[in-house]
Amino acid sequence: MTDSTIAQPQADDKARNQWWDVWDQFKSHKGAMAGLIFLIFITLFCLLGPLLWSLDPGKLDIRNKDLRPVYVALWDGSAKTSWANPMGTDNLGRDIMANIMQGGRISLAVGWTAMVLAILIGTTIGVIAGYFRRLDGLLMRFTDLVLALPLLPLLLVMMLLFRDPLRAAFGPENGIFILIVAGIGITSWMQTARIVRGDVMALKEREFVLAARSIGTPSRRMITRHLLPNVLSPIMVSATLGLATAIITESALSFLGLGFPSDFPTWGKILFDNVDRMTRFPERVLFPGLAISLTVLSVNYIGDGLRDALDPRIRGQ
Amino acid sequence: MLTYTIRRLLLSIPTLLFIALVIFLLLELAPGDPMGQMPLTIPDDVKQRMREALGLGEPWYTRFGLWLYQFFVVEPQYWIDGAFGTNFAEGKQRIISFQSRSPVFDTISERIPQTLWVVGMSYIVGILIALPIGIYSAYRQYSVFDQAGTFITMIGFSIPPFFTGPLLIVIFAVQLGWLPSVYDTTHVVRDWDTFVTQFKQMILPVMVLALQTTAQIARYMRASMLDNLGQDYVRTARAKGLGESIVVMKHVLRNSMIPVVTVIALGIPSIFGGAIITEQVFKVNGIGQLLIIAIQGNDIPMVMTLTFLFAVLIVMFNIIADVLYGVLDPRIRYD
Amino acid sequence: MKLRTVLMGAIASLPFAQMAMADAHEGERGRDGEVKIIYWQAPSILNPFLSGGTKDVESASLIVEPLARYNPQGELTPWLVEEIPTVSNGGVSEDLMSITWKITPGIMWSDGTPFTSADVKFTADYCMNEEMGCAQLTKFAGVTSVETPDEMTVVVTFAEPTPFPYGPFVGGESPILQAAQFADCTGARAPECTDQNFGPIGTGPFVVTEFRTNDVITLVANENYREAGKPAFASMTFKGGGDATAAGRSVMETGEFDYAWNLQLAPDVIAQMEEAGLGTPVAGFGPLVERIMLNNTNPDPALGPDERSVIRPHPFLGEPAVYKAMSMAIDRPLLVEVGYGQAGKVTCNWVPAPAAVNSTTFDCSTQDIAGANAMLDEAGFVDTDGDGVREVNGVPMKILYQTSTNAVRQDFQALIKQWWSEIGIEAELRNLDASVFFGGDPGSPDTFQKFYADVEMYANTFNGTDPQSYLGNGLCDKAPSPATQWQGENISRFCMPEFDALHAQLTTTADAGERAAIAIQLNDMMVENGGMIPLVHRGRLSAHANSLGGIDLNVWDSELWNAADWYRTGDNR
Repeated sequence: MTDSTIAQPQADDKARNQWWDVWDQFKSHKGAMAGLIFLIFITLFCLLGPLLWSLDPGKLDIRNKDLRPVYVALWDGSAKTSWANPMGTDNLGRDIMANIMQGGRISLAVGWTAMVLAILIGTTIGVIAGYFRRLDGLLMRFTDLVLALPLLPLLLVMMLLFRDPLRAAFGPENGIFILIVAGIGITSWMQTARIVRGDVMALKEREFVLAARSIGTPSRRMITRHLLPNVLSPIMVSATLGLATAIITESALSFLGLGFPSDFPTWGKILFDNVDRMTRFPERVLFPGLAISLTVLSVNYIGDGLRDALDPRIRGQ
Repeated sequence: MLTYTIRRLLLSIPTLLFIALVIFLLLELAPGDPMGQMPLTIPDDVKQRMREALGLGEPWYTRFGLWLYQFFVVEPQYWIDGAFGTNFAEGKQRIISFQSRSPVFDTISERIPQTLWVVGMSYIVGILIALPIGIYSAYRQYSVFDQAGTFITMIGFSIPPFFTGPLLIVIFAVQLGWLPSVYDTTHVVRDWDTFVTQFKQMILPVMVLALQTTAQIARYMRASMLDNLGQDYVRTARAKGLGESIVVMKHVLRNSMIPVVTVIALGIPSIFGGAIITEQVFKVNGIGQLLIIAIQGNDIPMVMTLTFLFAVLIVMFNIIADVLYGVLDPRIRYD
Repeated sequence: MKLRTVLMGAIASLPFAQMAMADAHEGERGRDGEVKIIYWQAPSILNPFLSGGTKDVESASLIVEPLARYNPQGELTPWLVEEIPTVSNGGVSEDLMSITWKITPGIMWSDGTPFTSADVKFTADYCMNEEMGCAQLTKFAGVTSVETPDEMTVVVTFAEPTPFPYGPFVGGESPILQAAQFADCTGARAPECTDQNFGPIGTGPFVVTEFRTNDVITLVANENYREAGKPAFASMTFKGGGDATAAGRSVMETGEFDYAWNLQLAPDVIAQMEEAGLGTPVAGFGPLVERIMLNNTNPDPALGPDERSVIRPHPFLGEPAVYKAMSMAIDRPLLVEVGYGQAGKVTCNWVPAPAAVNSTTFDCSTQDIAGANAMLDEAGFVDTDGDGVREVNGVPMKILYQTSTNAVRQDFQALIKQWWSEIGIEAELRNLDASVFFGGDPGSPDTFQKFYADVEMYANTFNGTDPQSYLGNGLCDKAPSPATQWQGENISRFCMPEFDALHAQLTTTADAGERAAIAIQLNDMMVENGGMIPLVHRGRLSAHANSLGGIDLNVWDSELWNAADWYRTGDNR
């Protein structure tokens, strides 16, 4: 089938050019480019922002609490605003912009790491289960088991067993980070695994796989060359949805006292903490909400663009 | 296929027993204690006696054995008694919740209706919206419809229900006053008016939940359709003069359903698992709320029974999904 | 029933209570239709002897009643009896060994059978049964026998002189069950009686028609209620579940419910809800105190499981200069403003209520960072290595500060961490799931009893008005340790022989004035010697619809204690 015949010669002699092709195709996808630009922007905003905006996100300034963002002054002259806190302050006088930056660092880090972990586990298990029939039963029963485990007690047990050793080894923040990322990662790969397995089982019976097998292609190459590229799009969808889920799950965890200590802001937690005040201070839910949504949306568009760019049938058309 | 199904069903028995054991051990190992929600004014020695009265003094294997016996022997006997008026379960202890001291299954059966009404309905609504969106978005990739669909579903998915729920309540219950913010579980549909009331109280929770389902299924549907639309067999089908609708709805759709079937099959057990946050926001008090309250109160018999029933559904629906793969794509063979 | 007239207008925040008095709300039983209550924690059982949870006790108080209750002023009030027995009226024996209750004649159970002393005796036997695991066993502590000389008389005898004999049958935690209904439910069979536990027959104003555990209770007026024309409501819906915000909103913003219980919400959120104009928050103050407990033992993780949080002393928290400076650095009025608003008061005491036992020894209403710094400097605890954290004998003053997960507590943690950092004490914050923190599982390192941290914050209180057993939480032998499976109420492991001696004296003192004086001394000893840092005297804040009259928030007993008196005002705004 098309995949193997087109991809093969290009990969052999002009590997560099193939990636240029991918990039050219990717560039032509407007949504993907916009997504990429936004993602770079938000990442830089969170990583480099605190260097330029040196307010400490945990610093309480109780006299300046409940400030509104500066733009509110445009239509409401009586609103308390200050250029020292352009996005306003929260009910304890913490600067919201500094919190969004700091929260973004953690949320993005948690989201990406947990998502990558989940996709890696899910894809590996899914491909192996779908391809090697002897392992299928065992791996899928294992998936059923993990699906059935109640999340909350599982996390509590992980906390109990690993929090103190991790805290001793990596310090309080990194220890919790590893724990949360692992917690989210190992409890959200099952859907990916089942989807990938289903697709692989169908693909495995297609003619091009039979052809490849008949010329003696080893299993490893079979998987990487012929199967994985063809299950890429459901994986991409899983990845985008997984990123959103990871960011939100993290906030649910801190709500339950299983997440970061209360003085570590994350987007999800800022959003959660301010739901009660959303009518009086809409900005406090708007900023973190937009940050999460736009990040997920841009990752989604990048995923779409990548998928198109990597598909040789579309590329070059 | 039939032998495969039977083999899988038989194999699921040891699997489920193993899952039950793992869940039980997990709950044993988890920190927390049924006395955790008692006020601090109750002294520790009284709490200790209450623990013993709950049977927590026994070692874990005794309690696990007791649970297995109650779940697989006493409860079925009780149902048989109820159905045929026999007396098998006479004097035998059913599975009793730590919190309410009442039979776990009575509470679960109380909760099923509202969970099915709200969560089940939202799932059906979600699927009914998602499939057309997914198919049409893929067919007209990058059209305005596709772009808008992508935008709305992704925004919807990335905003958590703990925010959308209160937001909708503020708009529709507080500001406009059109819909109730508290779900009345005792409401009985008798006639048109009571149906309207029921409908009104379901709108908000169903909307919140359907948004999540729609987003997820529509994305998978679209991606899978796109993969198949570019395949050679589509060109062949078109070349031999088949109509667009037949090509898309019959050939492409059928071949694109595998990931969607997987997602739906994984989703149906979670209907019965309830929707913890949304149920809490709208006070639906279904299975999800029951589970979270039981977990917070360390009500081990309740958590154990609910998660085990949940596990049974997961295993069953995954078997159904595997069988459906074979139906959708006859090349997939398990024998 | 001579008690009601004084109760009205006790709480000033009831603007209409005065105007809607007297005859405006009298009439036949059931005239006002339906009343709807929402508790964001759902009741799971209606038998308070099987569950000590507040939600369960309070919902049950609509149905089953005790012989005497506390009123909103914290005074004992006869309920099903003619008067409160005392030594002076001969109801309590001179030697303080027994108390005699005289039941009011003519009281009926809701099924129409007469209420007799046999039911009272049955209730005592029911709870004191060894196999039952009764949640209210402390109410019956020291009781040797309950006798019934005749149908209307109950004599409770104690093992030793009991200066405060109002434990059994007093307050919402100790109501009377019907002997006929629960006869087959004693001992180990208690939990099996689901029908009884979900629908007890009582003497109260309402009768259960349907009970859905952890969800909703529907009730109707008790046709055999002892007072004519009460309750005003024919039926009641008691919904549980959700969260405090949603409960407050359904009363004050959408008007779907009439009464919402215990709204633990930030003051600005409450104020905003109140602006909608449909409901009013009301607050009442019991002895509940939010406090920081100071660990008097060493919680160093390097110590083994038998030593961590067991061996004394703490590396630096035992130094008076340290804990006093930590207390001085806290701006309590701000904590009240941020966290509790009208439902909080500044307090420096462990036992701030009832008023008679509230010590006036300390003043902590102003923050004094400079003074705190000076005190630490003077004691020689200075920052020797320039990292901004002071050292005590070479140990840096870094502390782990834990509490349960809850929005207000997390705000408090953030504020207090900042203030402590200004006096050179670095705090690491940790918040834990409440079901784990308060769970008492000896296998978990995160319980408040294990106290594997330097300081921890939570709130505690006591039932009724007598603080004796609560003050007993400071006794040396009540300290949790591995030997006691980490059970014990002396969380800070405070230990002072003088305190123990004085508490022993309290248990033998009968005179109310002397008892109060000793209680104040015990309170001062605990605070002065580094057992805890009291922060906020917390009230209970509930909200009712403006159209609901007769509310008199009671924090000493069940909040729903006077549901029989509730009525519809016809005032919607």
